[in-house]
Amino acid sequence: MATTEKYVGQSVLRKEDPELLTGRGRYTDDLSINGMVWMSVVRSPFAHARIKSVDVSKALEVPGVVAAFAGSDFEWAGPLLMAWPVTDDLKNAPHMPLATDKARYQGDGVAVVIGETRGAAMDGAESVDVDYEPLSAVTDVEAAIDHGAPIVHDDFGTNESYTWSLTNGKVDEVFANAPVVVKERYRVQRQVPNAIEPRAILVEPNAASGHFTMWSSTQIPHVLRTAMALATGIPESKLRIVAPRVGGGFGSKLQVYPEEALALAVAQKLRRPIKWVETRSEGYLATHHGRDQVQEMEIAADEDGKILGFRANILANMGAYLRIIAPGTPVLGAFLYCGAYMGEAYHVSITGVYTNTTPVDAYRGAGRPESTNAIERAMDALARRVGKDVVEIRRMNFMPPFTEATQSIGGLMIDSGNYPATLDAALEMFDVEQLRKEQQARRDAGDTRQIGIGFSTYLENCGWGPSKVIGGVLQYAGGGWEAATIRCHPTGKVVVITGATPHGQGGETVYAQVAADELGIKVEDVEVLFGDTDISPNGWDTYGSRGAAVGTPAVAQAAARVREKARKIAAHELEVPQDEIEWSDGAFRLRGAPDVAKTIPQIAFSAWTAHHLPTGVEPGLEGSAFFDPENLVFPFGAHICAVEVDTETGKTEVLKYVAVDDIGTVLNPMLAEGQVIGGVVQGIAEALFEEAAYDESGNLISSNMANYAIPGAPDVPSIEVGMPTVTPSTTNELGIKGVGETGTIASPPAVLNAVVDALTPLGVTAIERPASPENVWRAIRDAQATGGGAA
Amino acid sequence: MTRTAVTVNGELHEAEVEPRTLLVYLLREGLGLTGTNVGCDTSSCGSCTVLLDGESVKSCTLLAVQADGREVTTIEAMAGPDGELSPLQEAFRRNHGLQCGYCTPGMIMAAAGYLRENPSPTEEEVREALEGNLCRCTGYQNIVASIMDAAGAKV
Repeated sequence: MATTEKYVGQSVLRKEDPELLTGRGRYTDDLSINGMVWMSVVRSPFAHARIKSVDVSKALEVPGVVAAFAGSDFEWAGPLLMAWPVTDDLKNAPHMPLATDKARYQGDGVAVVIGETRGAAMDGAESVDVDYEPLSAVTDVEAAIDHGAPIVHDDFGTNESYTWSLTNGKVDEVFANAPVVVKERYRVQRQVPNAIEPRAILVEPNAASGHFTMWSSTQIPHVLRTAMALATGIPESKLRIVAPRVGGGFGSKLQVYPEEALALAVAQKLRRPIKWVETRSEGYLATHHGRDQVQEMEIAADEDGKILGFRANILANMGAYLRIIAPGTPVLGAFLYCGAYMGEAYHVSITGVYTNTTPVDAYRGAGRPESTNAIERAMDALARRVGKDVVEIRRMNFMPPFTEATQSIGGLMIDSGNYPATLDAALEMFDVEQLRKEQQARRDAGDTRQIGIGFSTYLENCGWGPSKVIGGVLQYAGGGWEAATIRCHPTGKVVVITGATPHGQGGETVYAQVAADELGIKVEDVEVLFGDTDISPNGWDTYGSRGAAVGTPAVAQAAARVREKARKIAAHELEVPQDEIEWSDGAFRLRGAPDVAKTIPQIAFSAWTAHHLPTGVEPGLEGSAFFDPENLVFPFGAHICAVEVDTETGKTEVLKYVAVDDIGTVLNPMLAEGQVIGGVVQGIAEALFEEAAYDESGNLISSNMANYAIPGAPDVPSIEVGMPTVTPSTTNELGIKGVGETGTIASPPAVLNAVVDALTPLGVTAIERPASPENVWRAIRDAQATGGGAA
Repeated sequence: MTRTAVTVNGELHEAEVEPRTLLVYLLREGLGLTGTNVGCDTSSCGSCTVLLDGESVKSCTLLAVQADGREVTTIEAMAGPDGELSPLQEAFRRNHGLQCGYCTPGMIMAAAGYLRENPSPTEEEVREALEGNLCRCTGYQNIVASIMDAAGAKV
């Protein structure tokens, strides 16, 4: 049956949900194999220590322990993949799955113990005797580049890994001559990503064939397959990686982890299936962290606040090793220190620094929340300096609306944009006037609970691709295309195989929507397969808001190939030349006689029996495509936040939050809004609550879910989401921009600007992140010590 | 080893368990009911929430032997025999109250337990009731909306 109903743009209910709602989804930890043994990793309690010896003999005496291995017991074919050498002279210390010479962060693996049960493996791990010589540790990114700091990788003689920079225009001249220069310093505190599913791995070796199947809670089965072949020497053709249901990633599962290589290597040694599941507290040490930058942000402007130049110097904490895309993570935000604004000159410099901390890598937004923090907060500082309203300062500096790709001063060719439109829409939804009146009344009354309003009019770049750009100027080792195959069964049901690996976003649903529209079938008749390298052999997986922006066009392109072949068969069966039929209302129809038609299911059946195919047309109906975009995509929007800050306790509450985002074509409004809401709340948590902190010895203090402040339902507000404008991307034919990361990119500065606005009567102009009660109290105290305003 | 007799989803299970076995591991590894998830080791996340004699409880905070002689209900028993979703599960689907799905069984069991106590809660009461259940995907908003919807309240 052909259908004229279009699914794209509809809030189609998710295909994923019935199984997830009934406990029938299978995550890695839900899987078991007969004969399976458990792995436990022995981790360094010290942030920095020389490993003098590792003795596993006592572990072998523990009942139920099968084997135990130190780092020296493994021969690796190569280190864990580090795929983004951003500069030619970057210093990269190869990261082996277990440390042998030094432990370089608390949690660095030094040995593994294998037991018949989870408990036996853990008991055994406690019996491994490691002789450490503790060394001084450095965890702070600024301290790490001080003369005399402990050196993480001795051979380098420095903790600086690389400095990447970009300059557009006459920066020094502009800054020297500018009437106004604001200079701000921000610390973007370290975060623990906290996907609710802990990482888990199960490896099944086939001793006869030499094949290995690894189930892993990963975002990147395809990348992982290649990386595991490089690390273990197992031929890639004998490796199958399966990411079954994955319980969230937020970048933390966009990684090639030591435990994955270890589980494979141990399975190879023991010829037994191996399982490893991290405990949450272990994950706080062993799963990569995010953010952790110190930013120096300057804006040069004229007396009216018209921006002339942008200059940012960034110190980025890489942790103890450079992980898969860690050096490039800050570079993903490097083109956005100008936000959505115009200027004549632009400079950004990023220095990546080793420290004795858990490696830092992509966390939802990856580099762009950091740059957006800098520019959006500095815009408020500029407004304060020149005495302009924070809305006016943004409006007067916006790039004017454009529908064809346009160059920004930050060096991006932006697909399309209309920045004033989202700001106008957000203002309309928010009712700023009413809150300003309330704010003034409380200020006049010297109320202990002050109100603040904060803005963030962000721009971002995402939809990770295109291959020639990311592999060219950006020096990334991987590709940025996506693959899709569409296979039509004889009964008219369709399978879509995608190389993207959705892990909660709803990709299964939107890919089915697009395929159904493109083939004129029902969305219920489409199954979407992914996350298994034997089923979906080609792909670059899901991160960087690429699932919709790169994955979906690949599905559409595969569908176009199916239609291209189906057209020949349809014309043959209707006994007319091909140019006499057209694709309309979900079927091939005779021009002028649309009731004479052939649907895809009808053609699929003919292609399967192959009784009457036209000459030269092969049996079967399927199509494959590799979509490599021409450019990234550039979502934008305006977020407005109102907070109430208790000036006596320092506690901040978000009263109201409006998010207006332009993500181009909206495939499924319900899912897109879900992405925005989830991201905004995660960003509010970053702004107000969360921080991964180390003590002076390098112990992670916020070391588990009980003492790291993940907000619960009572701690966060409802978000009002709007997508009233659609500025289609010119990067793909569907007009899609990404949406997965907009929330965490936009929201932290909106919240922080609101906090500073609330405290303005107390003379506060700066707040440390997170704006916790303690940091609010410090800000008030510091402002009063320097003779700030009275309240 | 200790002999334990627990009624799980209406069926009596007798098992020999190590005294240190947590209820969640009896469910997951002993009985193969893997719908109940483990998300932390500090009883913070609530992914493992089940009903014990009709009241929601984190199954990582109880030893299996403490459930002896009692009735446990897990996510597997929430849908009808033919797989049709319960009104609460339907509401989660309709309101997009889940993304990755990992916290979802715990959220649904916590909500089911709460709605039995308070069949027509306010939004604020629902938020308070969910305090012990963490979600990293949804920002809670649509979970709250789902529960309000299921309670028959105006969302």
